[in-house]
Amino acid sequence: MNKELIKKIVLPLIVLVIIIQGWSGIAHIVEDFPTPSETYVAAFGGINSDGDEIVGVLSDPFYVNNQDDKGIFWQIVASLQRVFAGFVLAVLVGVPLGLFIGMSKNAQYAFDPFIQILKPVSPLAWLPLLLFIFQDISMTAISTIFITSIWPIIINTTLGVKNVSEDYMNVAKVLQFSPLEKIVQIILPVSVPYIFTGMRLSLGIAWLVIVAAEMLTGGIGIGFWIWDEYNNLNYNNIIIGIIVVGLIGYILDLIMGKIADYFDYTKKGRV
Amino acid sequence: MSKKFLSLEEIEKRFPILAKDDYVAVTNVNLEIKENEIVAIIGHSGCGKSTLLNMISGLDAQTEGAILLENEHVKGPGPERAVVFQNHSLLPWLSVYQNIEMAVKKVMPELSAAELRNRVEKFISMVNLDHAKDKLPGEISGGMKQRVGIARALSIKPKVLLMDEPFGALDSLTRANLQEHLMRIQENVKNTVIIITHDIDEAVLLSDRVIMMTNGPDATVGEILEVNLQRPRDRVALQSNPEYIRCREAILSFLYEKFAKDDE
Repeated sequence: MNKELIKKIVLPLIVLVIIIQGWSGIAHIVEDFPTPSETYVAAFGGINSDGDEIVGVLSDPFYVNNQDDKGIFWQIVASLQRVFAGFVLAVLVGVPLGLFIGMSKNAQYAFDPFIQILKPVSPLAWLPLLLFIFQDISMTAISTIFITSIWPIIINTTLGVKNVSEDYMNVAKVLQFSPLEKIVQIILPVSVPYIFTGMRLSLGIAWLVIVAAEMLTGGIGIGFWIWDEYNNLNYNNIIIGIIVVGLIGYILDLIMGKIADYFDYTKKGRV
Repeated sequence: MSKKFLSLEEIEKRFPILAKDDYVAVTNVNLEIKENEIVAIIGHSGCGKSTLLNMISGLDAQTEGAILLENEHVKGPGPERAVVFQNHSLLPWLSVYQNIEMAVKKVMPELSAAELRNRVEKFISMVNLDHAKDKLPGEISGGMKQRVGIARALSIKPKVLLMDEPFGALDSLTRANLQEHLMRIQENVKNTVIIITHDIDEAVLLSDRVIMMTNGPDATVGEILEVNLQRPRDRVALQSNPEYIRCREAILSFLYEKFAKDDE
């Protein structure tokens, strides 16, 4: 078998053992902190430390008891819906705005200071203002994601446009392309890899934001679920929530990466 | 016979420099270029020969003077003055076929799908790239890319073909190969060609006239040399041809005796 492949499997396993040892150590020191085995039972079911038989959070993710008590699958679905709504809005607004700023020096002068100032603002700072405007949990979460995940899209799209070589534009000039033809035939193909890099960053931010946003807004969603488990003293489930959030974030990033590669002409046909 | 085809009248190009007098790149350029003539412009680097070509293509505007093509003022770039760029400028996400198709489609929108395909394939065949038509520019050699660049420029039926050191970035064997291609194409389809070069052999081999530029700033046309050689020309046989030797010597003398340039 391939030596590199063995390393890729064995080395993370070693780190996993170290993490679980460290986790056990913390559980030993901090009172009521869930141990790895307790967390495993909480996730996949079995006999818990009180001797009761329980159903794991992950072994029954689809249950619906009532409006406020649904399985973790439905929590994730609710969060993903908001993330995608906010993300799609950010793409729809961010890409054209990025193209505009990239193509016009004046637009860059006009917008750049505001992008630089608004970009570092924490989503949590936007939240109260947006909650006040919308008075609605979902709208608040979606608009918070929109306003915090739009910046990498704008910035990377602008960067992509700036990367269009003067030579390509000269070709467009000789052929007397209209502005729209320039965008479709030259600027977009060059910018697409950059746009997707921006979208990948943006989706990552959106997934970060949703947990925090839902904790504050309440209702349904993986963020609020984690917070709710804290209030219910189900510390096991907080750890399960963290792992689930991490895994989903990783999968989202993988998918975005694959899509980005698909549209990136520089990754095709190179010898 | 020699009706006015392309004429440059009193061309001057200045570049403004902050808090100084303008830099005069080229000045006082008067040129007449006949239809179907191949003209080489030669000079040391910095003599403004590329600037001159950019003004003819319309990618750059002259500060003074006028450029007329068939009695019409040149204002900005256009497909009737096609450019072969030094770095080929193929769009890397389009195949060889698509690069040419894009140009033909834009310049001749009236063509039917079949006519479009025929035209694109005709020009791919002209530069012997039928086998590579579905390849991306990243998959073919520098010489092949430049052949695509030539095919793309010719496919839009330009009145003038402008070539800005088209073979400058290629090794000498590939360059010779491309020169042969260009001469063969020219035998079949007559074009008016202006070629910028810094290669004396290339200038004599390809052109009917060689325009020699003085050094910048204030560069201008120094001498114009008529190359009275029969076509088709054979690069090997030419080596001992008295006219070829005379032309080479005239250019050498201009570049290295009258207007020698020290390398900084």
